[in-house]
Amino acid sequence: MASLDDLKKRIASVKSTQKITKAMKMVAAAKLRKAQESAEKGRPYSEKMNNIILNLSNGISDKENTSKLLSGTGNDKVHLCVVMTSDRGLCGGFNSNIIKKAKSYFSKISAEGKEFKIITVGSKGNDQLKRVYGEKIIENISFKESKNVNYFDANKVGKMVIEKFEAGEFDVCTIFYNQFKNVITQIPQAQQIVPLNNEEDENNSDESYEFEPDEDEILSNLLPKNISTQIFKAMLENSASEQGSRMSAMDNATRNAGEMVDKLTIEYNRSRQAAITKELIEIISGAESL
Amino acid sequence: MSEEFKVEIVNPEKSFLSKEDVTEVVVPAFEGEMGILKDHISIISFLKPGIITIHSKSGEGKFYVEDGIVEFKNNNLSILTSSIFNLNEVEKSKLQDLLKLAKEEASKSEVNDQTKYLVDQKIEVLKSLN
Repeated sequence: MASLDDLKKRIASVKSTQKITKAMKMVAAAKLRKAQESAEKGRPYSEKMNNIILNLSNGISDKENTSKLLSGTGNDKVHLCVVMTSDRGLCGGFNSNIIKKAKSYFSKISAEGKEFKIITVGSKGNDQLKRVYGEKIIENISFKESKNVNYFDANKVGKMVIEKFEAGEFDVCTIFYNQFKNVITQIPQAQQIVPLNNEEDENNSDESYEFEPDEDEILSNLLPKNISTQIFKAMLENSASEQGSRMSAMDNATRNAGEMVDKLTIEYNRSRQAAITKELIEIISGAESL
Repeated sequence: MSEEFKVEIVNPEKSFLSKEDVTEVVVPAFEGEMGILKDHISIISFLKPGIITIHSKSGEGKFYVEDGIVEFKNNNLSILTSSIFNLNEVEKSKLQDLLKLAKEEASKSEVNDQTKYLVDQKIEVLKSLN
């Protein structure tokens, strides 16, 4: 059995760990509020963008000759997967959930006999994927320096995707990220961005618009922007999810540390009492023998 | 009858501006400046670098944009842009920085005609502001 001193030390160390996790939880909570706010503020832009594109693609006259970003290359041989994770750890299952989702997608694709390439955004995803899929990773981007998610960064990723598309390096592009639902639930998402999926609501197709210049030109201008917008949306969702996930993970850690402290304290008290009793018995039996 | 309509300017990070009492908006559309009044036909267009002027009951606002899309529908004007500056608030030095950036871009050789045109526009507008 551990000595009293050992127990005391262990209690102290668990307590200090608890302090750290508690502080991390507080920080995550504060950051979460900010991230959530900016995720909500960013929504109108991507929604409006989606709406306009929907209206445009409905109004387009020549569906065959539209931008390849909308209609696709006609094949789906090579898939590009943009896996978006965080740069920091200690956030529960946040990164593993995305990786799991991505890995299941990879194996599905390889089972169909198609190729895939990976771009990782965020260093944690790269760390986890490079062991198994090292040679598939063609690019690794990390935004450790930028404090907040900003459109400029998203644009960089978007431009890279478009360049690779124009160079014919892939046919289908999917982004992986965590959608923020609430603090305890984040849903890993796989969203196809090239070619654009327009299966959702097509109820407002009756709108007639005037276009200046014509549809095709607007569309070819808009689609690259839409990719950056979608990536930006994913980054915002991701950062809110990361903080939410970290907050609940740290909350759990704090609670576990509390339980451990309680258990250790009881053990400490018991052994202290046992030592006292032992000493008393020794004294009494010593006195009796006189 | 009121002559007002609603304007909303959003950039990726947030809703930049939302106004209900707007009487006229002039936007630098790709094929020339375009004034929009109430009950304009539904239109989608994109912007080149220039100045958006918003006339409203509560005063006039001027904004510098580098790109964007405008959508007008049911007396709702939405402007989506990734780079917008309120000319009443932005500092001179910021505009000068933008001008410098644009000039650098223009000096690159491998730009195509359309980007060249846009960059030239940008420089022209920024020069007139500085």
